[in-house]
Amino acid sequence: MKIAVCLKRVPEMELRFSIAGDRKSLDPGGLKYEISDFDGYALEVALQLVEKAGSGEVVAISLGPDGVQETLRKALAMGATRAVQLKADEVPFDGSAVAAALAAELKDAGYDLILFGRMATDTGSGTVGAMTAHLLDLPAVTAISHLELGEGRGTAGRDLEGAFETVSFPLPAVLTIDEGIARPRLATLKGIMAAKKKPLDVRPAELGEVRLTVESMALPPERSGGRIVGEGADAVPELVRLLRTEAKVL
Amino acid sequence: MATTFAFAESRDGNLRKVAFEAVTAARGAADATGGGEAHALLLGAPGIAARAEELGRYGADVVFVVEHEGLARYNPEVFAATAAGRLRAGDYRAAFFPASAQGRDLAPRTAAALGVSLASDVTDFELQGDAVLARHPGYTGKVILTLRLAGSPALVSLRPGAITPAEQPRTPRVEQAKPAIDPASARVSVTETTQGTGARLDLGEAPVIVSGGRGLRAAENFKLVEELADAFGNAAVGATRAVTDDGWRPATDQIGQTGRNVSPDLYVALGISGAIQHLAGMRTSKTIVAINKDKDAPIFKIADYGIVGDLFEIVPRLTEEVRKARSGH
Ligand SMILES: Cc1cc2nc3c(=O)[nH]c(=O)nc-3n(C[C@H](O)[C@H](O)[C@H](O)COP(=O)(O)OP(=O)(O)OC[C@H]3O[C@@H](n4cnc5c(N)ncnc54)[C@H](O)[C@@H]3O)c2cc1C
Ligand SMILES: Nc1ncnc2c1ncn2[C@@H]1O[C@H](COP(=O)(O)O)[C@@H](O)[C@H]1O
Repeated sequence: MKIAVCLKRVPEMELRFSIAGDRKSLDPGGLKYEISDFDGYALEVALQLVEKAGSGEVVAISLGPDGVQETLRKALAMGATRAVQLKADEVPFDGSAVAAALAAELKDAGYDLILFGRMATDTGSGTVGAMTAHLLDLPAVTAISHLELGEGRGTAGRDLEGAFETVSFPLPAVLTIDEGIARPRLATLKGIMAAKKKPLDVRPAELGEVRLTVESMALPPERSGGRIVGEGADAVPELVRLLRTEAKVL
Repeated sequence: MATTFAFAESRDGNLRKVAFEAVTAARGAADATGGGEAHALLLGAPGIAARAEELGRYGADVVFVVEHEGLARYNPEVFAATAAGRLRAGDYRAAFFPASAQGRDLAPRTAAALGVSLASDVTDFELQGDAVLARHPGYTGKVILTLRLAGSPALVSLRPGAITPAEQPRTPRVEQAKPAIDPASARVSVTETTQGTGARLDLGEAPVIVSGGRGLRAAENFKLVEELADAFGNAAVGATRAVTDDGWRPATDQIGQTGRNVSPDLYVALGISGAIQHLAGMRTSKTIVAINKDKDAPIFKIADYGIVGDLFEIVPRLTEEVRKARSGH
């Protein structure tokens, strides 16, 4: 079982963000980085599948500046076999440009499965996985929260807003991982030591054409006018009055 | 004058609200170019054509209908190939998809098939010269991005609830079309769909969402949440991950970064602290009400109206007052 996992390095979302002077990027001061949440789930899924199969490899791939090597080392510490950095000084916002570079790396490399996160927490787009699958001409199932593999085929489950869909697909395939299958493990000290000796290749990213760019960034307006109407059940009539006359939702 | 496109999502033979939102967006975009046509694409099992008229109500001039026995359920490969085929056949300036579970799967596949880029989960947009400027909440909703999308057609997926469907009735021209590939040949196939308990409105469709958090203390107390939702009459019930993890509510009710992203007219948060992962899924709601016993709970920072106190006292009273207000007293 040979599995690739595409991991994005994103800023820690808990931190307070501020916008840089160019009005179109985050102020890098004070940012810390982590593996995007869903990508962490994808990595865990890959590790468990290879463990279960008893043999194989998990290849962690990340496109970005040299800072992503830290992200990849973390994946290696968790148990990935080897890692690839697709080096690009900046990661374009355009998912199709990123997908082109990932597809160039993944093409004809003999993977049984290629895993992505359902979406990166920074872009909030959820486009790279399905686009990469198209470029590789592989079947894809997106946003899965359940997975079973059999001989040459798999079955995935996905949430469909009030319904649950069971999807059958042939291998090799591209899957994008939602929450629910596996929670990422913590790296052990032994894993962290071993990671230092695992291969991490660096190649230039063959990015595709960029047609989607960030024009500007802003922090969401503080929801001003937010107010405490009162305390306890006695405040209810005033709340209902405001919902009728001011918010006009009743 | 430019032609625009909307994907009309349906389920079980009925149009979903997001279909009207996409058509409204396509209508608006066509009008913004000086009054071009808005086209819609509707796929489904035989009989779905009966729904085309409803798309005219929201401003579709032409509805392409693809009816096929194999399309009673969503079929990613057939839908994407058919949407791409349609978009290639016309000179479309912009194409709108819902950023629903189905649309989030379909839109990037369609974009890749066309070799164009996609702006996802957009809450507002504007045509500017050859480009589309699209607003999109990124970084778990903590940053509002304005994106510039070049290329034609410009593919945009719209966050459910962000666009208000507007009636602009006309009688659409209905054209029958064929699936671009044989549904039987698709590599990926949906073998089963199980419906949720969903007697109530879906979270993506409901104008009002009443959500409960750990402050409810136990699964059975969610009847307070349900009663309030029933009092509104047009509400869905949501939950935090703390609640879905504990099995008090099904996972499909979860709102937030790893759950549903919603923008209802009114979001009522009961016993919810307001963790950023929860806010990521609901902060674009138009009006937010919070009830929490902790006056320092972060949810109050984004709530328009808050009541501090014990939800077990406040919610029954609120249910009663909402019921009264709705019955016109
Ligand atoms: C990677 C990741 C992803 C996540 N994704 C999501 C997600 O998608 N959605 C999500 O919701 N969470 C998500 N979480 C979890 C999130 O961090 C919070 O833990 C969760 O939202 C808390 O839920 P809660 O507000 O119900 O519970 P708590 O934080 O425990 O808050 C309960 C609140 O109820 C109040 N309360 C208690 N009793 C009463 C009473 N009698 N009357 C009134 N108020 C009362 C308390 O004051 C408190 O504010 C995620 C976490 C991680 C790490
Ligand atoms: N720079 C990147 N390097 C590696 N994988 C990426 C990168 N960007 C996106 N991905 C993968 O694509 C998924 C979806 O990203 P997005 O379309 O931006 O939401 C992520 O969860 C990752 O699995």
